[in-house]
This record gives sequence, C-alpha cells and structure tokens, in this order.
Amino acid sequence: MQTRRNFLKMTVLSSLMTLSGLASVSALAADTIKVGILHSLSGTMAISETALKETALMTIEEINKAGGVMGKKLEPVVVDPASNWPLFAEKSRQLLSKDKVDVVFGCWTSVSRKSVLPVFKELNGLLFYPVQYEGEELEKNVFYTGAAPNQQAIPAVEYLMSKDGGSAKRWVLLGTDYVYPRTTNKILRAFLKSKGVAEADIMEEYTPFGHSDYQTIIAKIKKFAGEGKKTAVVSTINGDSNVPFYKELGNAGLKATDVPVVAFSVGEEELRGVDTKPLVGHLAAWNYFQSIKNPENTKFIKMYRDWAKKQKLPNADSVVTNDPMEATYIGIHMWKQAVEKAKSTDVDKVIAAMGGQTFKAPSGFVAKMDEKNHHLHKPVFIGEVKADGQFNVVWKTKGPVRAQPWSPYIPGNDKKKDVPDSK
Amino acid sequence: MTDIGPTMKRLLLTLLIFFLPASNAFAALDPALVKQLAAEESDDKIAAIQQLGTSASAEAAKVLKAMADDELLVAGEAVFLFDGERAVDAASGAAIEPAPETYESITVNNRVRSELSNALAALKLYDPDRGVRLAAATELQSNAGIGMVPVLAAALAKETDAEIRALLKQAHAQANLANPDVAARLAAVESLAESASPATRGLLLPLLEAANEPDATVREAAAQAVDAIEARLAFGEILGQVFSGLSLGSILLLAALGLAITYGVMGVINMAHGELLMVGAYATYFMQTLFRAYLPEYVDWYLLAAIPVAFLAAALVGMLLERTVIRRLYGRPLETLLATWGLSLILIQAARMLFGAQNVEVANPVWMSGGVEVMAGMVLPWNRIVIIGFTLFVLALMWVLMQKTRLGLFVRAVTQNRPMAGCVGVPTARVDTLAFGLGAGIAGLGGVALSQIANVGPDMGQGYIVDSFLVVVLGGVGQLAGAVWAALGLGVVTKFLEGWSGAVIAKIAVLVIVIVFIQKRPQGLFALKGRFVDN
Repeated sequence: MQTRRNFLKMTVLSSLMTLSGLASVSALAADTIKVGILHSLSGTMAISETALKETALMTIEEINKAGGVMGKKLEPVVVDPASNWPLFAEKSRQLLSKDKVDVVFGCWTSVSRKSVLPVFKELNGLLFYPVQYEGEELEKNVFYTGAAPNQQAIPAVEYLMSKDGGSAKRWVLLGTDYVYPRTTNKILRAFLKSKGVAEADIMEEYTPFGHSDYQTIIAKIKKFAGEGKKTAVVSTINGDSNVPFYKELGNAGLKATDVPVVAFSVGEEELRGVDTKPLVGHLAAWNYFQSIKNPENTKFIKMYRDWAKKQKLPNADSVVTNDPMEATYIGIHMWKQAVEKAKSTDVDKVIAAMGGQTFKAPSGFVAKMDEKNHHLHKPVFIGEVKADGQFNVVWKTKGPVRAQPWSPYIPGNDKKKDVPDSK
Repeated sequence: MTDIGPTMKRLLLTLLIFFLPASNAFAALDPALVKQLAAEESDDKIAAIQQLGTSASAEAAKVLKAMADDELLVAGEAVFLFDGERAVDAASGAAIEPAPETYESITVNNRVRSELSNALAALKLYDPDRGVRLAAATELQSNAGIGMVPVLAAALAKETDAEIRALLKQAHAQANLANPDVAARLAAVESLAESASPATRGLLLPLLEAANEPDATVREAAAQAVDAIEARLAFGEILGQVFSGLSLGSILLLAALGLAITYGVMGVINMAHGELLMVGAYATYFMQTLFRAYLPEYVDWYLLAAIPVAFLAAALVGMLLERTVIRRLYGRPLETLLATWGLSLILIQAARMLFGAQNVEVANPVWMSGGVEVMAGMVLPWNRIVIIGFTLFVLALMWVLMQKTRLGLFVRAVTQNRPMAGCVGVPTARVDTLAFGLGAGIAGLGGVALSQIANVGPDMGQGYIVDSFLVVVLGGVGQLAGAVWAALGLGVVTKFLEGWSGAVIAKIAVLVIVIVFIQKRPQGLFALKGRFVDN
C-alpha cells in the first residue's frame, strides 16, 4: 500500500508540474512569436546546414534586439532532422502542430523540401527555403529565397561557354543521386543541346549520398577531357562528399586551367575542411560571396563573426559567410516586414503581404520578392576559388534577375502558370 | 622564315637582348603595359602579359608573379605591389608614399591565369638552376600556344640537360601544331607521337578532321600518332583502375581486419565495429589538435603519433565493451547483435556530445598531399599509396601477433577448443578480453587511415559496418587470409564496375554478386579446415 500511495502522489505531483509547465509556456507564448528552424545538425548535410541554423538564430537575436516584430519577441524552436528525409516531415509536423510555430525556416536538399511539402500544405504552414534548387515547383506555402536554375546554373554554363570561361565544348554533369542534381542536369542537357552541343559531348555521372571514393570518377573525367575539346565539369555534388571529391581532384592534379569545375552547392563553408591551394581557379556560381565588398556585407560578416565568438562555435575565428546564409538572413527579414505590413502572423495574410517586399541584401543589391511567383529577384555572381578558400568574383549580372521556376528548357513548362495554385 | 610576323621578330629581338646581361639590370617596365594589366577586358590583360613575358626582365617576372598570386593591386590610377611593408609602383619600382588605404587586387580568371603561368614559365627557362628550368618546362606541357614557338626554340637550342630537352621538345611541338607551315606541323605531329599523355591526344584529335587540318599528310601522321598514344593510354587506364581497386581494397581490408578477429576468430557479431573505427579516427583528430596547439613545427608528423594513440584508444574502448557487456553474452549471437547495436548508438551519441554533431576536419599532412606521376596522364595520389603501405604494415603486425606471440597462440587455442585450452592453463577469460582488445585496436588503426580519405564524423562508422561484414563473410569466417583476398577482390571488382556503369549501379551489382556467391558457397572463399569444438 505504501508504494501505491507513493506512486499516486508522484503521479499527481508530476501532472501538476506538467500542467504548471504548460501554463508557463502558454503564458510565454502570448508575448512571443514562435519561429521554427528545421536544419540538419547531424549526418551528411550537417556540413552545410549547421551554419544556416546559426544564421537564423543570429538574425532572430538581431530582430529581437531591435524591438522584435510588432512589439513581440521572436522565440526560436530548433529541431534536428539529422539528414534523414522522412524525419524532416515528422519534425515539421511537430513544429506546426505541437509547437505551433508561425513560420519555419529550413531545409537544404530538395528531397527534404519535397518531404515536408505535404505537411505544410495540409496544415497550411509557411516555409522559407533558403537554398538554390532545380525549380519545377511553385507552392503557395513556400517562399524560395535561393536561386532558381536561371539564376545560377544557366548563367554559370553560359560563362564557361564564353571566351573568358575557356570556351568549353564538352561537359561532364556530375552530381549526387537525388532530385536536385537529376532535374538540374535535365535542364542543363536541354540547354546545352539548344546551344548545339552534341549528345556524345555530354557525360552524366551520379554518386550516392555520402560517397567518399572519387578515384574512378576523376579518372573518367580525365579521359573524357582528353578527347580533343575543352571540357568543363558541372558539379551538383551535395553535402560532405564534396570534401573527398575536392581532395581527390587536388591530389590527381586536375587543374582549373585544364578542366574547370563549377559547383552549385559548394561555398565558403564547404571549403573550410579542404586544402584549397590545389583548387585555385575552380568555380562556383551563387547570388552572394563573402568576398563581395559593400557596407551591408561588411556588417553581415561582422555580425556573424561576433555571433560565432559569442556562441563559441568550433573554429570561431575562421567562420565564413555564404550564399544560403545570406538567403536565410534575407528570408527572415522579409518575413518580419511582411508580418508588420499584414499586422498579423496569420499565414494567408503574410503570404499576401510578401509579394513585392524588398530588402537591401549583403550581395550589394536590393533583393525583391516577386509579386507573383514566390521567388526572389537576385543578382548572379561567378567566383573562382582563391588559395585562402574565398572566391574571386570573375563575372556578374548587371542587376537582379527574375526567377523562372518553370525552366523554359523543359518541354511543357511554357503552359505552366507563374503563380502558385491558391488553396 | 617568311611566315614570321612582326610580333615574332620582336620576340627574337627581346630574346637577343636577354642574352646581354647589362640590359635587364634596371629595366623599368613600360607603364602603359603595366596599366594594361589592370584593364577591364581579359583580352587586353592577356596581350599585356604576353608582351611583358617576352621582355625577359626580372621586374616583369616579379610583376607577373605578383599578379598570379593576387598581389598586384590597383588603387585609382596606380598599379602597385607591396614590397614588405612598402608600396612600390609596379612599373618604375619607385616607392608610393603614402601607401594607398583602399585598393583591390587585379581580377585573374582561369584564362588569364593560364597565360600568366606560361609567361612565368617561359621567363624561368633560362634560370641557372636545373630544378627551376625543369619545373618551368613541365609547366609548359599544356597550353603552349603558337606565340611560344620562338621562345621555346631558343630555350631548346641552349638547353643541355636531356630531361628538360625532351620536355621542351614536346612543348615546342605542341606550340607548332598551329604553325601555318605544313612541314613544321608535320614534324610537330611526328614528335608528339612519342608522348603518352591524354592532353597530347586531345591536341591531336582535332587534326584528324579536314575542317581543322587542310593537309592530308599531316592528317595521316596525326591519325598514326593518335593510335600510338591510345595504345599506351589504354594500358595506363587499366593500370589506373587496378590501382584504385587496390586502394579501395586496402581501405576495406583495414576496416574489416579488426572484425576478422572479433567476428571471424572469436565469433562475436559486433555491430559496434564501425564505431571502433570512429574512435580511431577521432583519436587522429585529437592528436592533430594537440600537435597544432603544442608542437606546431611538427604538425606534419601528427599522423605517426596518432597510430599508437588510436590503437590504444580503440583497444581500451573495445576491452571495456567486452568486460562489461559482450562477455556476458558469449554463445548467444542474437543478444550480442542487439546489445552491440545498442552500444554503437551509445558510442555515436558520446562522440556527438564530445566533439559535436558536425564532421571535424582532419587535414592530410603535406607529405601525403598531391601525387606522383608514374606515367603520362596517370597520377597516383600519395595518400592512397601511403594507405596501401600502411595496410601491409598492419597486416604484418597482425600476422606476427597471431602467429609468433604467446597471446596469438592462446587466442588460436581458445577459438579451436575452449575447454581444452582452459584445462592446460590458458586463462580463457583474459584471452577473450585481450583478443577483443586487439581486434578493436586494429579497427582503431583502420580509423586512422579512413580519417585521411573520408570524412570524420560521429556516424562515419555506419557506412563501413556493412562493407566490413561483407569482407569477412565473403573471405570465410575464421580466416585472416580470406579477408585479405575478399577485400582486394571486392575493391578491384567495384572499381571496374564503377568505371563501366557508375557508382550507384556498381554498389548494387557488388551486393548482388556477393549474395549469389554466398548462396553457392556459404563457407566463403576459404573454408576453415581442421577439427573444431562447437560450443
């Protein structure tokens, strides 16, 4: 009997505690706005996504210091979907229905975005997706602050075709095996063909996620490049596979002046773990580079460095900023502006207020959310890797470019609407 | 000599001037030319580089070198570089006082960079040091254009060293491929036939088409040359595939050797084996951090120190696991499987808490970076060569331990007949612990090797556990020699399949092959012979 009574007591006590805990949370919730952060903090994508979580937290703190949004403080809710695509869906459901967040900033790979989409549609959530992607998607519940193919992939290939880019005639399309590289390469293949490149001059190769042995592929590229025409490699390799890929590239002595590699998912952050001296001259195409000089960027870099020191991040003295971090920063600020315009955090009202929002971005240009298609107008930069792991901008567009989520190089896309189907 | 244009006359002239030592002592550079280096268009930059390159003065070399290193700076109208703390004008060499506060380095893209390295290499062809000349001649093996012909011819005439001469001849022939003179082109094609580099083949291939090459004899010579090169390349290609297969095999072997003891010899299904690899890799990372902090001048040798540390760390973890959990489950394979899987999760989480969820950076020491060119077009990376050597070392170490030491004798005795070994006084419990520790320690050594080619992170072990079991089962349980052949076989087969069908399909195909093989021959490649006591 003694034990049973104790047990009862304990149960009552603990349920009381839970209740009071809940009460305090809901009391807190009254004067904060909850913001979900959905980035892999472990697994193969952690190399890229961890920095986005830090950027989001930093931006939230910046906004809170400046008085919050409509007088309320933002309260971040961080979850770790661990590079596990089904877990992304689970965690986003948790964020939307249990934590009741008003907006989620997250995802990197397209497969993770595709995995959370049904959840956001079902629960009418709001997702800000900060990474360049393959397009072919336009959802009412998502704002895309990264680049569409015409804001990254196509200009990069055009550059390599130009005289300054080396007048490449043969192409290796190399990627990780999932939806983003496959679709991007489909678009690029159609684009290259429209420019008169023969089928025999295109080689397509895929590797699994987390692949770490690139010997065969580098040997293949070498062989393919030795067939009489200037060859360029377009890499859509994602995650930590990039480290062994670039290590092998350097060790095999494949120089950028012979076979340039242009990457769409490699930025300053991914190159931190690599000796960049053998990689000088290889390229990346983005809408932002840390090396761009303007007051907004100086402020952005300093803010992130201070944040890293304050949070005691690993290697805090050598942190870098990159394009998806900038896109995260723009996304959070634009969402804040839209909430203030709508005077509400209601998803539908915020979506309506997002169109036409502008923000002076660290890229030095004013980024504008398109009135219709949920994508940003962004400038395009092409950079070459320098010995210190930074990028040297060798080409850029005159101004921001409007996104084409439905690439004209995929048949049938001309009939698709440039606005999301509402509801 | 009728085809020599004015530029080439100037080239020859400048070369002549070069041989008069007094003339290049204080040759200030043409300021207009230096300014052109900072031009907006790459074409203008390249023209300036080519002109400066032929001026053959030390100043030009210095300015071009600075430009290649992103150290040639522009501030308004001035083009300058830093000489220590002092800002000096690039053309005149005069100090600029005060040094400009804001400046930018001149943008160098790949096209400009390749011109720069050619110009710099050409300037070095007359260096008194043989090593510098050799490096310069090697540099000129690719991208030598028609503009380089006179420079190369002059250098060739002066060069006495046979190796450098051969390289220069190649470069000269390459540059001559675009020569309007048919005889010169023909000679170039013929001398290029001796090469075996894919780059040369690439240069010759366009000549096979009438659109690019009007002269039929040259076309024919080019076709012959391409055939000759291709034969040599095909051999090199197979050699390259075998090497990468061996390299993958050696990595699989290192990952699996520890398991060959714990599972193969002792019969423990150790699902935490991958995590023992991880412990070894993190020990390597730990040593690198220590060396960077306390012995920065010896940082290149941290790897040697990491070998014993990784062995001990993994062995200790292994013995701890054996003492606390595994020993209680001997003879119950299903429970062992579940328990060790749980242990692997605990170890992963522990690594996450200690070192963070992100991958950590383990750098290749300088002596393991880059590669050695064994034949034209085939570069063997040092890190892979070292790992193959290291595998041999570990294999030898294990063989000695198992065959030549008392511990090895005991381990073999206990696995063959436990009660009898106990009867003659072998402390079987302690032997189990030590044997498990040995297997774990060898896995730690595997972790050291993996840290050099793959990413080091908390869940790195997960990727190797399947491969490791594959190697041990395929080789035949209880057989060390079997593991060796299985690992090398798997490595070579995977690499040939990858070359033929791509990485994704190769992975699937290898699994299918192994499954079929095990169906046909469940005991693996090598079956254990002899009398055993099954408990």
